[in-house]
Amino acid sequence: MIADNGIVIAFWLLAATTIGCALMVAAVRELVQAVLFLALTFVGAAGMYIVLSADFVAVVQVLIYAGAVSVLMTFAVMLTPAADRRNSETVFQVPALILAGLVLAIVVFVTLDTDWAISDRGAFSATAASLGEAFLKPYVVPFEVASVLLMVAMIGAIVLTQEDEVPPRRQEGE
Amino acid sequence: MTTPLLALTLHLEDVLVVGAALFAIGLYVALSKRNAIGVLMGVELMLNAVNVTLLAFSRFIESEQPLDGQVFAVFVITVAAAEAAVALALAVAIYKHRETVNIDEIDLLRW
Repeated sequence: MIADNGIVIAFWLLAATTIGCALMVAAVRELVQAVLFLALTFVGAAGMYIVLSADFVAVVQVLIYAGAVSVLMTFAVMLTPAADRRNSETVFQVPALILAGLVLAIVVFVTLDTDWAISDRGAFSATAASLGEAFLKPYVVPFEVASVLLMVAMIGAIVLTQEDEVPPRRQEGE
Repeated sequence: MTTPLLALTLHLEDVLVVGAALFAIGLYVALSKRNAIGVLMGVELMLNAVNVTLLAFSRFIESEQPLDGQVFAVFVITVAAAEAAVALALAVAIYKHRETVNIDEIDLLRW
């Protein structure tokens, strides 16, 4: 339980911003605007992380999501045709709406129904040092696997988007 | 003893409900959008909702290693970045070959 008026008000403002921008991602008719609202959603989520005393994760969120992923998405939108940038829905709109509402209702019900084992340890002090220690001591194998995964993903992205200048088979001049 | 004018509190359930709302919006976007990049936006929203939930548990729940939730959140962000890079490269590659990124027109594998 956080009992600090300023922090609680900040959390609800950030939550309202985040959810409002997420709703705008679903509602706006222009894909470029949807990307911009998505970037705002990421920033709002980073603010909520700070409220939850996860300062390092918040910085990572701003760097990677609000910085890199938003720019990447803007580029992808610009590289696809303007005619497809309407952000319209498929025939699955109504079933998706029903399913999302059901998921929300069930999760909220379970959340309010469960008796959580709440701790009273209070906020973490600065987490970057202890997170770094956690990454390089108990979680060193997942850490290395994650770095390999990132490299594979980057190489895969380059391979997928490169121009097919070299023909796959040489049939002439052999 | 003076009672404070305003005594607001934030509980685990509040944060979880916000996370659930964000997840539901992401699910709706991912399932309903026609553009493949729009679908990816929904997936990113869901991953953010999961991170909010993870950090809320890390902050509030009784545990011997409370920071593990934050470690997991960083891993989620890492994998999400890799996923976004590959998915956007796929979208660009599909557009180059098929002149569309609308998921209801990409039905090559449909029987």
